[in-house]
Amino acid sequence: MAGVAKATTLDGAGEPKAKKGKAPIAETLALAQKEISVAEFFERNRQILGFDSPVKALITAIKEATDNSLDACEESGILPDILIEVHKTAHADELRICVEDNGPGIVKRQLGNIFGRLLYGSRFHAIRQSRGQQGIGISAVVLYGQLTTGHHAVVTSKIGVGHPAVRVEMGLNTKKNEPEMFNEAMDESWTKPSGTRIEVTIKAKFQGGRQSAFEFLRSTSIVNPHARFTFLDPTGVKTVFERVTDEVPAKTTEIKPHPHGTELGTILKMARDAKQRKLTGFLTEEFSSVGSDTARKILSEAKLENVDPKDLSREEARRLHEAFAKVKIMAPPTDCLSPIGEQLVRRGLKKETEDVSPEFITTVTRPPSVWGGHPFQVEVGIVYGGTLPAEEQVRILRFANRVPLLYQGGGCASTVTVQDVDWRRYGLDQRGGNGMPTGPAILLVHVASTKVPFTSEAKEAIAPMEEIQKEVKLGLQEAARHLGRHLAKKAKRAKVSEKFTLVNKILPELAKKSAAMLGKPTPDLSTIVCKIMDVVWIEDPIVAYEKLEGQTVMVRKKAEKAEAGAPAPGKEAKGEKDAKGDKKAKGKATLEAFAEAALETAPADGAPAAPEVQQKPAHLAKSTITMTNYMMGSKKFRFFVVVPETSVFVSATPEPKTVKDRYLMWEIPAMKPTEKLALTYQVAGVEKGGVDDVETFVEGINELHVVGADPWRGGE
Amino acid sequence: MAAAPKTKRSADKAEREQVALKSLQAIATQVYTHLSKAVIPEVQLPSRNKGNIVFDEKHRVWKYGAEMTTRSAKSVDGAYMLLRTMYLSDFIKEMIDQNKSSTLREMYYISEGWDLAKFHSQDESDLLGEDLEVMTTSMREDFKLRPEENGAAIVGDLKVVETIRNNQKRTLHCQDDVGETGYHIPYNVEPDRLAFKDVKADFVVAIETGGMFARLVENEFDTKNNCALVHLKGQPARCTRRLIKRLNEEHDLPVVVFTDGDPWSFRIFASVAYGAIKTAHISEYLATPTAQFMGITPSDIVNYDLPTDKLSEQDVDALKAELVDPRFDDDWWRGEINLQLEMNKKSEQQALAKYGLNFVTDTYLPEKLTEMGILK
Ligand SMILES: Nc1ncnc2c1ncn2[C@@H]1O[C@H](COP(=O)(O)OP(=O)(O)OP(=O)(O)O)[C@@H](O)[C@H]1O
Ligand SMILES: [Mg+2]
Repeated sequence: MAGVAKATTLDGAGEPKAKKGKAPIAETLALAQKEISVAEFFERNRQILGFDSPVKALITAIKEATDNSLDACEESGILPDILIEVHKTAHADELRICVEDNGPGIVKRQLGNIFGRLLYGSRFHAIRQSRGQQGIGISAVVLYGQLTTGHHAVVTSKIGVGHPAVRVEMGLNTKKNEPEMFNEAMDESWTKPSGTRIEVTIKAKFQGGRQSAFEFLRSTSIVNPHARFTFLDPTGVKTVFERVTDEVPAKTTEIKPHPHGTELGTILKMARDAKQRKLTGFLTEEFSSVGSDTARKILSEAKLENVDPKDLSREEARRLHEAFAKVKIMAPPTDCLSPIGEQLVRRGLKKETEDVSPEFITTVTRPPSVWGGHPFQVEVGIVYGGTLPAEEQVRILRFANRVPLLYQGGGCASTVTVQDVDWRRYGLDQRGGNGMPTGPAILLVHVASTKVPFTSEAKEAIAPMEEIQKEVKLGLQEAARHLGRHLAKKAKRAKVSEKFTLVNKILPELAKKSAAMLGKPTPDLSTIVCKIMDVVWIEDPIVAYEKLEGQTVMVRKKAEKAEAGAPAPGKEAKGEKDAKGDKKAKGKATLEAFAEAALETAPADGAPAAPEVQQKPAHLAKSTITMTNYMMGSKKFRFFVVVPETSVFVSATPEPKTVKDRYLMWEIPAMKPTEKLALTYQVAGVEKGGVDDVETFVEGINELHVVGADPWRGGE
Repeated sequence: MAAAPKTKRSADKAEREQVALKSLQAIATQVYTHLSKAVIPEVQLPSRNKGNIVFDEKHRVWKYGAEMTTRSAKSVDGAYMLLRTMYLSDFIKEMIDQNKSSTLREMYYISEGWDLAKFHSQDESDLLGEDLEVMTTSMREDFKLRPEENGAAIVGDLKVVETIRNNQKRTLHCQDDVGETGYHIPYNVEPDRLAFKDVKADFVVAIETGGMFARLVENEFDTKNNCALVHLKGQPARCTRRLIKRLNEEHDLPVVVFTDGDPWSFRIFASVAYGAIKTAHISEYLATPTAQFMGITPSDIVNYDLPTDKLSEQDVDALKAELVDPRFDDDWWRGEINLQLEMNKKSEQQALAKYGLNFVTDTYLPEKLTEMGILK
C-alpha cells in the first residue's frame, strides 16, 4: 500500500520565513498538492487489483465474489452452493455478472461498508487462513463497474429465516471512499434461508482457454471439493461443478502473531494498545508461542526491564524486535490451518480431469511448516497420462488458500520451484534437468497459510520465500517419486505383458504348427512358460466401494506431525493388533465396530489422552488383488498393502499377518509354479475413489522377479 | 542350429527342391524337439552385418564370417520369427508339392492368412526369405520364391536362348530382336532357363541409371565399340548380377561399372564386384570379382571439372562407413573416398552432358576405357 500515502500541505506556521521578494517556488507547487483518496488511487491504478484487461476483469470480478462466498460459508459451517452468471448487455464490451451464495448473509448496516468502501473487511486484522485478506476485493469490483460502465452494483442479502432479504443499489464515492446507496427495498422473490447476491455491470470480455472464467471455476472446484458451483455463461451454456464431498472443511482458527513474523512498527502499535501492565504479560498474551520462560529470555536479551508496554520507546522496541530473532522461540501453532487433504485433492483432480482420462493421479499433503513466523502448509498433486499432450510443457495449477492463481505464473514460488526439480529422474522430459518439464502431466501446487506472501495486491503470485520453496520442492519430489514408481511399474508390466503374449499366444501356436508339420502330438508348455516369464505377477487391485447407509464411522484424524509416514516404534506397538484379536471388527461392518477399531488403533504416544477422532460417512472399500507365480520354483514372500492412515481395517481373506495404521501385511505361503492366489480386504472410512491407486510392496523375494509391486523399504 | 556348410548346388531342379524341403523340415524338428524337452526353442544363423563379412580367397568374393546370431523364442521378436519360419516352410512345401511358385510380394500377401504369423511389411517377409537361405544350403529359387521383374536390361551383340512356356526354346539377338530398351533380364537366369549363344561383344559396361543407358544406346556405343550394355537400374537385382557374372565367367568378357559419383553408387559397384552384405551367403554365385569401377570417380569430378552438388549429411556418413567397410579397404578406394570427403562434392553420370550429348561416348568413355586397357 506504499503508494497510498497522503500528500497534504503543511500550514505555513512552522516554516522558515520566506526571503523578501519573490515567493518561494514551493508555494506555487503547494497549490497543486492535495489529498488523494484511496479510491482515487485505485481508480488510476486498476492493474494493481487485477483489472488490467477486459478479459482479466471478468475473472477478477468472479474471483473476488466467489472468494468471499466461500470464506463466509466456511466460517459458518455451510456447504457452499454458488451460482455464477455472466450475461450479455446492450453493449458488446459490457457484461453483467451475478454471484449468489447460500452463505450467512450480511447485516443491512454493513452492506455499504463492505460493497461501497475500499479497505473494509473482517480479515485484515485476523491472523488466519482465509481467501480474503485486505478488505479491498469486492468493493474494488463495484468501483471498477462504476468506473467503466457507470452502473451501480445491486446487492441482495438475507441473514436468516424470519429476516427479509434486503436489496440495494450500491455506488462508491471515490473522493470520500464512502458508499452511496439507492433504492433500498425488500426482495420478496428470494427463497434461500440466507445468502448474498451481487450483480455488477463491468467492462469485460468473455473468452475460452486456460485463463478463462470456466477454467477458473474448474480449478476452484478442484481445491474446494465441498462446494458446488453452477456457471451460466453468456452463450447460455450451464455447467455444474459438482461437489465430491459433503464435509465442510474444518473451520480455520485465528491465532496471535508470532514474534518472528512481526515488524517493528507493529510491535510499537501493539505495545501502545496493550491492556497488560508488564512486558512479560504483553509478550505471553499478545504473541503466540511465547511462554513466561521465553518472555524472560527475550527481555534479558533485549536488556529491558519488565516495564509497562505503553512506556516502550522506539529504541527499546527495536531492541525487543532484535531479541525476537536471537532467542529461540517455538514455532507458531499449525493446527489453525485447514489443508484440503490428500484424498480430497485427488478426488477433486479426478473429477475435473475426467475428460482427459488420466492413467495416474497422486497427491501429497506436507506437514505444516513456518515461514517468517507464519504457519503454512503445502499440498501437491500430479495428474499423468490419458489424452494430455505428451509433447507440451506440463501445466501447473497454482493455488493459494484454495484460490486458483491464473496470472503472473513466471515469478510465482510454485512455478519457480517446479522448474528447480530434476523431473527426468521421475519420468518427465526436461532439458538439462531444470526448467519447465515436458510430458502428459498436470501439476497442482497449493499453499495454505495464515499469511500468503503475495507479490502484489491482486494476489496473483506467491513471492519466492525460501521456506515455502523448500516445502513445495519436498512435496513435488514426493509426488514425483510416486509418479516415477508408477511409470517404472508400468514399463515393467509392458515388458512382461509382451511376454504374456509370447507364452499365451505365440508359443502355443509355434508348438501346434511345428507338431502339425511333423505329424506329432502338441507338446506341453507349462515349464517353458515359467522359464520365459520368470516373474511373480501381481495384478493391480480392483476396488469396489459400498456406501453404508445411515452410518458414520469414527476415524483418527491424520497424525499432525507424521514424519514421512514411518510409524514411530511406540505407535507401531500400540497400533498393531493381532488379526485374530480383531474378530469383533470383522464380518458385518457396524458403526460401533468401526469406532472401537479406531480407538484401539489410535496412537497413544504423548498425544492427547483422548485420541482425536472424526465422524465420517461410512464408505467401505473392498479390494481384490490377484497374483500368479510364473517362476520355476515355489515362491513365498511377504506382501504389503498401504492403506490410508485415516481408514479403519475391517476384514481380509486370507487373514493378514499384521495390521497397522498405514499398511496390512500377509505372509504368502509357498506358491507353486503357475499357481494363482487372490487376496481380498476391506477398509472403512475412506472416501469413494479414495483408495483407487493402492500401493503394494513385497519383501523376501528378489524384486527383479516381481511385477506389480515395489520392494518394501520399511514403510517409508 | 549351425549354418550347414554350403555344398555344391545340384544342377537338377527337383533334387534341389528336395534338399530345400529337408532343410526346412530340420528346422521344424529342432523347434519341436526344444519345445518338447522344455528348452526355449532357438535357431542360429550367421550374423548378417558388415562386421561379419570376410574375404573368400577361393572365390575372391566377400562372404559371411563365423559370427553367429541366435533367434530365440525367449524374446517376442524371436518367437515371431520362429513361428513365421514354420508357416513359411509349410507354404514352401505346399508350393513344391504342387509345382507352383510365388513372387515375394505374393508371399507377403499370402501371410495375411497366417494370423499371428503374418508379416507387417514386405521388408519383413523378404528378409525371412533370405534368412531361410542363410540357415539352409538352398537358394530362394529352390523355395519357389521369386522377385518381381525389375526391368533391368541388356543390349549388345549376343544371343540369348530362353526357355519359355511348355519348355519351348526361343532365341533372341540382343540388338536386332529387341527394342531400344533392350532385352529384359528375367528373374531366373540359371543355365536351364537361359543360355548364351554367339557372344560377339568384347566387354560389358554395366550402367547405373536409365538415362545414361538410353544415351549410350542412342549414341550406338554398343555397335561402335562392340560391347554389351547392361542397365543395373540402381542397386542391381540378383538376376542382373548373376547374368553379368555368367557373361564374365563363361565368355571371358571384362566388366566395367559406370555409375554416379557418390557413396551409394560405390556400393552398387561393390555388390557387383565383391558381393552385397545382404546376400553374402551366395556371393560366389552373384559377384564378379574382376569387375572394375570406371567412374564417375571423385578424381573424374576434378579432372573433367563436372557440375556438382554438395554432399548431404547422409552422404558423408555413408562415405565414412565405407572407410571402415572391409570391401573398400584398399589404397585406391581410400584415396578416392578421402578425396570426395575433402572436396565435399558429388556428381551424377549425366553431368557429363555439360560438354554436349556426345561427350560421354566420344570422349569420356574412350578415354577411361583406354586408360583401363579395355580399348586399345
Ligand atoms: N458473500 C459474503 N457473505 C458474507 N460476508 C461477506 C461476503 N462478501 C464479503 N463479506 C464480508 O465483507 C468483507 C469485505 O470483503 P472484501 O472482499 O472487500 O475483502 P476481504 O475478502 O476481507 O479481503 P480481500 O481484499 O483480500 O478480498 C469480508 O471480509 C467479509 O467479512
Ligand atoms: Mg474478498
